[in-house]
Amino acid sequence: MSDEYRYIGKPTPRRDAPQIVTGSATFFGDLVVPGMLHAKVLRSPHPHALVTEIDVARARGLSGVKAVLTHADVPDWRAGTPRHLRVLDSTVRYVGDPVALVAATSEAVAEEALGLIDVSYELLPAVFDLDEALAEGAVQLYADSPGNVLRPGTRWFGPDCLTGLAIGDVEAGFAEAEVIVEGEASYAGLPNPLPPESPGVVAQWEEPDRVTLWLSTQAAHQEKMIIHAAFGRAVDVRTIGGACGGSYGSKFMSIQLIMQATALSRAARRPVRLGLTKEEHLAAFGLRIGSRVRAKVGLRRDGALTAISGEWLVDTGHYSLTTQAQVAVGCGEAQVALRCPNWDLRTKVVCTNRPASGIVRGFGGQELKACLLPILSRALAELDLDPFDFLRRNYVKPGDGYFWRDGRWYDYRGNDYTPAMDAGAEAFGWRERWKGWLRPTEVDGPLRTGVGVGVHGNVDIGESVSEAYVRLDPEGRATLYSSASEHGTGQPSNLLKMVAEVLQLPLERVTLTAADTAVTPYDMGPVGSRGTYAMGSAAIKAAEEARRQLLTLAAANLDAPPEELETRDGRVFRLGRADSGAAWMAIMGPERTIMGHGRFEPDFTLANCMMTFVEVRVDTETGGTELLRVVNATDAGRIIDPAGLENQLNGCLGSAGIDTALFEETIIDRTTGRVLNANLIDYKWRTFAHLPQMRNVVLETPVDSHRFHAIGVGEVSTAPGPAAVLMAVSNALGVPLAEYPVTPEKVLAAWKRAMDAQAGEATR
Amino acid sequence: MDRRRGETRQVRLRVNGQDHVLTVGGPAADVAVTHTLAHTLRETLGLTGTKVSCDRGACGSCTVLVGGEAKLSCSMLTVECDGLDITTVEGLADPVTGALDPLQQSFIDHTAFQCGYCTPGILMSAKALLLKNPRPTQADVQEALSGNFCRCITHYHVLEAVQAAVEAGAASATAPDSRRARR
Ligand code: FES
Ligand code: FES
Repeated sequence: MSDEYRYIGKPTPRRDAPQIVTGSATFFGDLVVPGMLHAKVLRSPHPHALVTEIDVARARGLSGVKAVLTHADVPDWRAGTPRHLRVLDSTVRYVGDPVALVAATSEAVAEEALGLIDVSYELLPAVFDLDEALAEGAVQLYADSPGNVLRPGTRWFGPDCLTGLAIGDVEAGFAEAEVIVEGEASYAGLPNPLPPESPGVVAQWEEPDRVTLWLSTQAAHQEKMIIHAAFGRAVDVRTIGGACGGSYGSKFMSIQLIMQATALSRAARRPVRLGLTKEEHLAAFGLRIGSRVRAKVGLRRDGALTAISGEWLVDTGHYSLTTQAQVAVGCGEAQVALRCPNWDLRTKVVCTNRPASGIVRGFGGQELKACLLPILSRALAELDLDPFDFLRRNYVKPGDGYFWRDGRWYDYRGNDYTPAMDAGAEAFGWRERWKGWLRPTEVDGPLRTGVGVGVHGNVDIGESVSEAYVRLDPEGRATLYSSASEHGTGQPSNLLKMVAEVLQLPLERVTLTAADTAVTPYDMGPVGSRGTYAMGSAAIKAAEEARRQLLTLAAANLDAPPEELETRDGRVFRLGRADSGAAWMAIMGPERTIMGHGRFEPDFTLANCMMTFVEVRVDTETGGTELLRVVNATDAGRIIDPAGLENQLNGCLGSAGIDTALFEETIIDRTTGRVLNANLIDYKWRTFAHLPQMRNVVLETPVDSHRFHAIGVGEVSTAPGPAAVLMAVSNALGVPLAEYPVTPEKVLAAWKRAMDAQAGEATR
Repeated sequence: MDRRRGETRQVRLRVNGQDHVLTVGGPAADVAVTHTLAHTLRETLGLTGTKVSCDRGACGSCTVLVGGEAKLSCSMLTVECDGLDITTVEGLADPVTGALDPLQQSFIDHTAFQCGYCTPGILMSAKALLLKNPRPTQADVQEALSGNFCRCITHYHVLEAVQAAVEAGAASATAPDSRRARR
C-alpha cells in the first residue's frame, strides 16, 4: 500500500466503533422524546376490500388513549408514484393495510385499543400476481390506473425519464445475429431486505404547520424532500437522522409510517412514536420488486450482442414509491453490462394485492439483469461461448456510452474493468472450473458441483446532489456538517478521513454533526454507491474551501502568498518549513470560525463494476443447494477504508444478494393473500454455520473522480450474485433454470425433468 | 397486565454487578408480569445496549449472559428472573477503569460490525462461549453464533475478531489459573 496518504486507504477504526461495542450507540429504538406517545396500527385481514364502517368509540374511551384516527379524519396527504398512497384509505389493498391508528400512553394500551375498534368491510376480488392483475376485466386497485398498470416514469428523473429502451433497429440487429433465442425468466420471490431493526419514526407536530421527525434513515435530507412533497408542500418539515439499524435501501419505504405518526401527533398534540414489530416488518413493509422478463436476444459467434427485445413486467404490490425509478435505473444498468447496439425493451409497472415492493440494494438493475442473463445463457450455450468471456467483452468500456435514467446519452469515461475481471477469474480458477454449459464441474454420487458468473455496474455512484460544510475552529479542530447517517457502510467515518486528509489534521480532531435538516445541508445521502464519489466530493470541496480561506487569512500573518503556505496538525507554515509558522489560533484569533461549503453536481459518466463467481454443490436427493465459494472482483479506483469495503463486499450474500437466489422469499398464500412466513424462523436467513469461502479481489486503478481517485462499490456487491447462482445450479444439474430462488422443490423438479428426459432418450 | 391490583411482590436482579429490586404489581409497579427481561433491561433499567429485533426468540439480538450462559432476554419473563445474575453488553467493559473487554477491542480492531445492531448480541454470545471454552476452534465459534442474525453479513469479520481475541487471550493467559480449568 502506498504511503501517499496519511489516512486514505489505511485501516482506521470506525468513528462510532466504541459506541457500537459498548451498547451506547443510539438506534431508533433507543430514542426517547419527552412526552412521547406510542402508536399502533389496526390492519386489514382482507387483501382487497372497502371499509364501510368503523366504530372507534370504545377505543377512544379507553383510559390512556390520546388519539384514534380513521380514513375519515386524516389529512389528505399523499405519497407515491403516482400519489396514490394516503395516510389511511377507505379501500384496503393487501392483508395488513392500515385501517385505523391509535396513539396512547403505552404500547400495551394502544394495542388494547386496537381490539376495541369494530370495522365492517365489503370484500372485493383480489389479484395476487402479474397474470391476474393484467387479465381482461381484472379488479382495479386504483381507479386512475387502468388495467392495474401505473403511469410510467417518475418526474424526479425529468420529462424524458427512461421507461424502457428503444435504441437502434432491432430487426436489423436480429438479421445480423448468428443465433436468436427467446425465453422467459422471473425474479419474483419477493425477498425482504429485512434490516435487523424494524422501521419506525417519531413525529412531533407543532401548530400550525411544523413537524420534527426523528427517522430511522441514512438520508435525512432526501427524506425531507419526499415528505415535504407528500404533505402537499404545506408543512415545514425538519428531519433528524440517526444510526438506522440497517436499511439496504428499504427504510426509504417508511413514508406511510411517517405520514401516520405525523397525523397522530397533530391529533394528540404530543410526540408520537410509531415503530413496526418484526411481524409487521415482514408482512406489511417493503419487499423487493417482482420481475418477469420475456425477451428475444440475438448474438454473433464472436460474442457480440446484435439485438435485445422484450418486455419487463414489474409487480410492485399495492403501491409504488420509486418502482418507476427502479425501471429507469435498471434500463440504464442493462446497457452498462450488456453492450448492444439495438434494444427494444418495454416495461410495465403493475399493482397487485400484496405488501408493497420498493427500494432494496440493487434498485431495478439487479432484477432486470437477473432475468436477462438466464435467457442470454441459452444463446451462449447454443454457440458454446464461455459466459465469462461474454460478460467481459460486453461490459462498458471507455469510449462507449449509455442512455441513463433521465433519458440522456452519456459517454463513459471511467476505467476499463477487464483487468479486474481477469484477476477475479484467476482467483476463482474459472478456466479450470468451467466445463461448458449445463455441465457439472464435479459429480460425486448425488452431489453435483457447478459454477456460474455474473456482473453488474452502476452509474449512480455520481447521481444527484451532495452538499457539505466544513467548519474550522481556532483550536485546531474541524467539524463536518453532513446529512449522512450511519447505515452500515462506514461512510460517515470515511468522509471524516477525507476531510482530515485535506486539512492534514489528526483524525480525532475532525468530528461529524448529527444529520439534522435544521443544521446540515442538502444531501441525497449514502444510497446506491454514491457515498464515496458524490458525498466524498462535497466533503472534500468543503474542506478545500475552508483550507483556502484559512491560508488566505494566514497570508498576511506569515507574509507569504496563500499558494506558498500549507497547513498540518492545526498549524500553518511556509511550504516545507513545518518548524516555522503559526497555530490556527494565532491566525484566526479566538473569536472566529471558518466555514467552507462544498457541492457535488450529478455526474453520470463513471460506473463501478462487480463481477461475482460462485461455486455451488447441489444434492439431487434432497434438492438442497450449498454455496461453496464466492469470489467478487472489482476496481475501486482507490480504497478509502479496507475493512469497510471488505464488509460491504461480503454483504453480497444476505439481505439483498445471493441468498435471494437460494432461499430467501416471502411466501404469500394464494387464496387469503396472507404472508405465511412473517417471522424469523420461517423466513430463512443465512447463519454463521453456513458460510461459503469468500474472497474479494479489489484493484486500485486511479479513476478520474475526485482528488482521491476513488469510486463506491458497496451497493452493487449484491447484484451479480443471484444470476451467477442460477447459472451454477443449472450447470450442476444440467438443466437450465429460469426462476428464483432455487428452492429444494424447484431443484428436485428440475432434476426429475432431466432424469425423465434421459429415460425417454434411452427407451427411444 | 397485572389484573390483581394491590397485590405486589418483588423481583431481585443483579445486572452488571449492581443489585436492583423491582416491584411487580400495585400502583408503583416497575414490572408487569408480561414484561420480558429484554423489556425490563431496556425500558425500566435504561440499559438499551441490549437490542430487540424479532422479540420472539429467533434472532439472538437480545442475547445477555445469565449466570455466564448466553440467554435470549426477549424470551424470559422478568418475574421468572428473581435472583439471577445478568450481564449485558454494558457490563462487558471493566466497571472501574472502563477498559474494554478484549472481545470488544477486537471487534473495533477488525471492524466486526456494519450497521452494528446485531453486535451486542453477537458479543454476548461470543463472550459466553469464551467463558466456557477459551480456546474454541472456528467451527466452535460458528456453532456458538449460529443463532445470531447478522443481516449485513459481517460474519467473516466477526469470526476474525473472535479468533484474534482468542489468540491474544491464549498468549496472555497464565496457564494454571486460566478459565480452561473450569471445563
Ligand atoms: S430479539 Fe430476542 S431472539 Fe430476537
Ligand atoms: S452488522 Fe448489521 S446486522 Fe450485523
